[in-house]
Amino acid sequence: MTSYYDPKHLEHFGDIGEHASELSAKFFDYYGAVFEDGALTAREKALIALGVAHAVQCPYCIEAYTKSTLEKGCDPEQLTEAVHVATAIRGGASLIHGMQMKKVAGDLGM
Amino acid sequence: MATPPKTAAPRTSLLFRKEPLSSVQAQLDLLGSVDLGDESGLFTGLASAPGNTFDLALERSGSFPLQATGVETYQLNLGRVCNQTCMHCHVDAGPDRRENMDHATAELAMQVLAQTDIPTVDITGGAPEMCPEFKYIVRESRALGRRILDRCNLTILSAKGYEDLPEFLAEHEVEIVCSLPHYRALSTDKQRGDGTFAKSIAALQLLNSLGYGKPGTGLRITLVTNPVGAFMPAGQASLEDEWKGQLMANFGIEFNDLISITNMPISRYLEWLESTNNLEGYLQKLVAAYNPAAAVGVMCKTTISVDWKGYLYDCDFNQMLEMKLGYGAPTHLSEFDVSKLAKRRISTNRHCFGCTAGTGSSCGGSLTD
Repeated sequence: MTSYYDPKHLEHFGDIGEHASELSAKFFDYYGAVFEDGALTAREKALIALGVAHAVQCPYCIEAYTKSTLEKGCDPEQLTEAVHVATAIRGGASLIHGMQMKKVAGDLGM
Repeated sequence: MATPPKTAAPRTSLLFRKEPLSSVQAQLDLLGSVDLGDESGLFTGLASAPGNTFDLALERSGSFPLQATGVETYQLNLGRVCNQTCMHCHVDAGPDRRENMDHATAELAMQVLAQTDIPTVDITGGAPEMCPEFKYIVRESRALGRRILDRCNLTILSAKGYEDLPEFLAEHEVEIVCSLPHYRALSTDKQRGDGTFAKSIAALQLLNSLGYGKPGTGLRITLVTNPVGAFMPAGQASLEDEWKGQLMANFGIEFNDLISITNMPISRYLEWLESTNNLEGYLQKLVAAYNPAAAVGVMCKTTISVDWKGYLYDCDFNQMLEMKLGYGAPTHLSEFDVSKLAKRRISTNRHCFGCTAGTGSSCGGSLTD
């Protein structure tokens, strides 16, 4: 293996079903159903996925959902705002832990 | 991963810049040289064809050879002159072009129309309104009772010297089919030039004030969106509600329909694809998305495309590639014979994958649900 991430893995993702095929079939069925139009549109779901992809820092998902959101008619400003949503939540998640720090520091300090 | 170079939008035509790709043969050679891949196994078992792989795809899906089934749309391309120079233009149109239909050809086109019962006259260009024969053609077609479509770039409606156009179009009940890649400015201006979005919005508001896009007026606005980049368009059905909501909320604009069109890999879009290293990937995407149902419904089966000199083509894309009608069909308005044209065989090449990909694409939008 020359690299941990190979862009070709994305198009061959289905090969993961070579072993434990029932489980992967269930996963892919579920995955497909999740992204269909429902209470949220497929476009809204793709934008959420793009944000989450950045939060979990998955390069495969970032490629897939950048393409998907563009193909679903979003423009680059809309994609960028989705990334900022993920960024804000990640940043906020760190910052709110500052409350723990404050509590501990408050308990220990004079 | 290499980042494709981003060059500033060339805002002149290929012809003006004397680019090699201004030659049709250079475009066909470039298209023919691309490895189309075969991710979906479309060509598996068929002889590998260096030539017309589109015909192989048709054969595989039982649609070969492609035959017309009638003539329902008479598409008149009045020339290459335009007030815009969009990056993706398949016509290579622009302010630096001079080709325009003359009166003798326009008159012949109307004589031919009068002798047929083709229901729809679809007027395109360039900016067809910049052709001096535009109003003549609209008036004559209207007098013959035909449905008239104007493929309008919107900005021409506020250009100097064309201020009377909106009223003229409304008076003659011309349906306006207009390009707007996105309901927001960023992508629209990128593809069509800075300031285009604001002018387009103002034009749509003006059209609304004349009754266009309003229920019950019979004055129709169809918006056309196409991808701003090397990807496929969204299904139009999935976009229309979003677009209607956004344009109403932000600009108070109403319209009737939204259609999405796949960008055709010819002319300036071909130039852009090649210059950004997107050509192979884009063509492979179109081939992988070949849809037999879309191939059954392609627009050329019911269309005749006429150029500014009166020559006949299967569609506007073939016109731009100078692929005149073949297989013994009449090739000029002066030989127009609707019974022969209605059953003609259609000429194809690799660019045709643009119309059969995904939900399919035509001047009327998607071909399948």
